Amino acid sequence: MEKIPILKMGKYLLVTIQVDMHDRLAMSLQDDLTEKIVLYNARGVLIDISSLEIVDSFIGRMLSNIASMSRILDAETVVVGMRPAVAITMVELGLDMKGVKTALNVDMGMKMLDIFTGKNDEQEKLNDHSEE
Amino acid sequence: MTILKNDMRYIRNSDDIVLIRQVVREWALMIQFSLVDQTKIVTASSELARNAVEYGGGGVLYLQIVSDGIRKGLKLIFEDKGPGIADIGLALKDGYTTGEGMGLGLGGARRLVNEFNIESSVGQGTKITIIRWK
Repeated sequence: MEKIPILKMGKYLLVTIQVDMHDRLAMSLQDDLTEKIVLYNARGVLIDISSLEIVDSFIGRMLSNIASMSRILDAETVVVGMRPAVAITMVELGLDMKGVKTALNVDMGMKMLDIFTGKNDEQEKLNDHSEE
Repeated sequence: MTILKNDMRYIRNSDDIVLIRQVVREWALMIQFSLVDQTKIVTASSELARNAVEYGGGGVLYLQIVSDGIRKGLKLIFEDKGPGIADIGLALKDGYTTGEGMGLGLGGARRLVNEFNIESSVGQGTKITIIRWK
């Protein structure tokens, strides 16, 4: 079965979704990613969705789930590269992606992860904030 | 309303949802939808196709390019022979689900199109018609 590659970059994991995601692929990504977080002691996960032409409620839920699961495993998730048309559509669809942090591109996402994982106080504060 | 072109596709399993998204995008391009409009109708189709698989046990999509004399539109009919929906009002409510989803499919799809019609009877199946005008 095809899989979405997960690359290790220092203390982070980089996932670039480059195919039109069918549901089983999305589910297997959740499993693979949680395994790799533990295997590599990853502190952050960067998910690049710039190739995704749509994010429907299924993919949205998968992204939310990944963010929640990785948070429990002490890793932060940042979703980067969302297309503007996708953002517009997601809002109208009613997907608010609670707890999922986003950045415009991989560079900004990396900086965000550095901040989250670098300063513990800062991270605690942000965690508290996203809990409510 | 005149039908300028029509076709159909089966929606049998979750792999077909991807194919449905592709064919709907092709058809949206045929009538030169803007990128945002393409994204909206493709996303709505993805939700409705998934509903047909998850709740209807599979179904059929009828695609039509229609014209009302002034403008063209993409009309999509999702039909399944599943258990039907007992309370349509409730099913359209955000956050309501009998399955594992987030309960955004129907209500969300309705917000992404210009016209939305749902016919369903318990034991008979469900037919959802959406139109997005150019």
